[in-house]
Amino acid sequence: MDSNVLIAGFGGQGVLFIGQLLARACMNEGLSVTWTPSYGAEMRGGTVNCTVCISDDEVACAYVAEPKNVIALNAPSFAKFESKIKPGGTMVVNSSLVKSAPSRTDINYKFVPMTEIAHNAGHEKMANIVSLGAFIKTLPVISKDSIVNVMRTMLTGKKAIMLEGNIQALDEGFEAVK
Amino acid sequence: MKKEKELLKGNYAIAQAAVEAGCQSYFGYPITPQSEIGEYLSTKMPELGRAFVAAESEVAAINMLLGAGSTGVKAMTSSSSCAVALMQEGLSFIAGDEIPCVLVSVMRAGPGLGYIYASQGDYFQATKGGGNGDYKIVTFAPASVQECIDLTYKCFYVSQKYRTPVCLLADGMLGQMMEPAVVGKYPYEEIDQSSWALTGADNREPRHIASIEREEETLRKRVVKIFEKYNQILKNENLFEKYETEGAKIVITAFGSIARIAKAAVKMARKNGLKVGLFRPILLNPFPEKIVQEIAQKVDGILDIELNCGQMLQDIKASIAGVVAIPIKFYGRPAGVMMTVEEIYEQIENVYKEIIEKKYGTACI
Amino acid sequence: MEQLVYKKPDSIRDDFKITFCPGCDHGIAVRLVAEVLDELSVREKTIGIASVGCSVFSYDFFNVDIVEAAHGRSLAVATGVKRSKPDKVVFTYQGDGDLASIGLGETIHAMTRGEKVTTICINNTTYGMTGGQAGPTTLIGQVTTTTTKGRDPQLSGYPLKVCEILKEVDGTAFVARVTLDSPAAILNAKKCIKKAFEAQIKGLGTGFIEILATCPTNWKMTPQQAHERVRGEMSEVFKPGIYKDRVSEAI
Repeated sequence: MDSNVLIAGFGGQGVLFIGQLLARACMNEGLSVTWTPSYGAEMRGGTVNCTVCISDDEVACAYVAEPKNVIALNAPSFAKFESKIKPGGTMVVNSSLVKSAPSRTDINYKFVPMTEIAHNAGHEKMANIVSLGAFIKTLPVISKDSIVNVMRTMLTGKKAIMLEGNIQALDEGFEAVK
Repeated sequence: MKKEKELLKGNYAIAQAAVEAGCQSYFGYPITPQSEIGEYLSTKMPELGRAFVAAESEVAAINMLLGAGSTGVKAMTSSSSCAVALMQEGLSFIAGDEIPCVLVSVMRAGPGLGYIYASQGDYFQATKGGGNGDYKIVTFAPASVQECIDLTYKCFYVSQKYRTPVCLLADGMLGQMMEPAVVGKYPYEEIDQSSWALTGADNREPRHIASIEREEETLRKRVVKIFEKYNQILKNENLFEKYETEGAKIVITAFGSIARIAKAAVKMARKNGLKVGLFRPILLNPFPEKIVQEIAQKVDGILDIELNCGQMLQDIKASIAGVVAIPIKFYGRPAGVMMTVEEIYEQIENVYKEIIEKKYGTACI
Repeated sequence: MEQLVYKKPDSIRDDFKITFCPGCDHGIAVRLVAEVLDELSVREKTIGIASVGCSVFSYDFFNVDIVEAAHGRSLAVATGVKRSKPDKVVFTYQGDGDLASIGLGETIHAMTRGEKVTTICINNTTYGMTGGQAGPTTLIGQVTTTTTKGRDPQLSGYPLKVCEILKEVDGTAFVARVTLDSPAAILNAKKCIKKAFEAQIKGLGTGFIEILATCPTNWKMTPQQAHERVRGEMSEVFKPGIYKDRVSEAI
């Protein structure tokens, strides 16, 4: 396996966090993985993003100009990265915030109302976790259990109270993709 | 107990390794893409009763490093490109004074301010330097977060063992990315510095450390002695990676993070039947000329790949000049968009066709 | 009966080589620093910083560990030494060109951090070692090899008054300007140098001494004429005195 995903959204949507969740889960499964935050000029323009590269060999490059997969949590991210995805790639889109129609026929789209799902589940701020659930269902690079295990290690102490909500949000996102 | 892998950012990995290595004093001035090193150490060092000084400039930082190193403690500074430029005078003094210390240089793109993109444009700055006089800065280049840790250890060890400044030459990609890595125990023996370090002339003759030398013969001997150390370092401390070089017709040369991408391209080439290998020097200075010569004698061509306009290329060329006459091709660009595996593969294919077809009349050897 | 009335301080090397010109005040200044190190019993834990200029060969006369700094960088080097070995006594011995021109940044910032070090600055209004060029402290009208018609403020600015600046810097604990032009002045200078060392030993901050010193060679004067110049026009511009004394306040 040699894959990568660029995760993009507003600052505060937890983009970097779910990137690290994914990266840690991959690490725990013995995969090679890199996580790189948006950097340089990439930081301008209202979106935050990070890239996770995953390989069962060595990860060659942590910077990806043309990602294979994209999670777009907001409209500017959708606009910015839709055209950059490699043909055959996948875009997992937060349809609660992205109202544009897809413009490409050579990539796969999964539209999931992430903000709405999070809201209905009572976890307003967990659209990011919903998106991660939707992503690993669409592209099974890693199991849901692996992500949950990482959540258990990252959400401890004062944050432990958020654990159940996170797991539920992950489940909801996972189930939202058929 | 064996430590488990953590997901670590390159800059934090370097900072944690410095602490683990026993770095006693750190001096620095912020510059992207390495500021996390100073940020981490600003809290950690005082907690451990060690020194952290936010220097007023890189000029000050490198001279604080000189002062700290002169007392025999493990000391480090970190910086980047246009700010490492400010340190060149100090580095020349430190080299002339034979003071052990570590400089972490996380390259960004230049010239001038350039920008914070990953680049390898400071190979010359690290290995040739801008300071005056005959000296070298021993330089190691990591290609992964784990190597950022392992080579930080190596830098401290080599600097203390040979009493010389040592540079860890990383880049913005390594500094900013996270990767699984283990900050293990410092694996080297501690080198006793008490025979020369300045600690106060208590029950002994006073010592002095100075680069100034009035006697021309004494100055000559000192510089010759310093250069003898570089030979010893090359002999004893050389590190490199050879990948699929056995039976290769073309060898790719690359260092640092670009070598990762080149390696993936070499794998792709091998899969497609092209006899291609990779040579990645990890010790960049003193440059491993002999190994490059040995490799060059067995191949039909070299393709050097760098994220600059051809800097290590000059050392590759100088290494094999007069030894073997094979074509040396170069592919690189100064900065900006990182190279892709496919892009490098395409270059390999072109060079392979050009050199091998010319020589054997077919690309399928 | 013989009576020993004068001896070389332990903090001066037995095999000392004086590299200064005849009539230069550096010799007195070095001796005073050495006497103070002896009296404070700190010679064995002292590390000195030699700066570029006439004091570069400090290790030829001071009987203590010495590290050389690049031009202007003495206080950065001193910072590195002191922070790495906080139990040592650290001093820099610098000229005015080194401290007030090329090294003014390092000087002000080290003292702003209140580095526990002592700085002795020899102000002779010229770059002595390179042959008498105009420096940051050259007086208005003073003829040097780079102000051949006298320093014209319109062309080359005004003399920099270091004590007046450093007394305002929060990290300094003792700031004084002294002369060496009479026995009384020399005794006073020694008292001040001692306080400047006590400032660091007591952990109060940086101790700073500016010594108005002669450079008969480059001034093209006899030693007597040179001391008259110190007493006269130099002291008018650079007023001797104690500018800040937190050492006495602390006692």
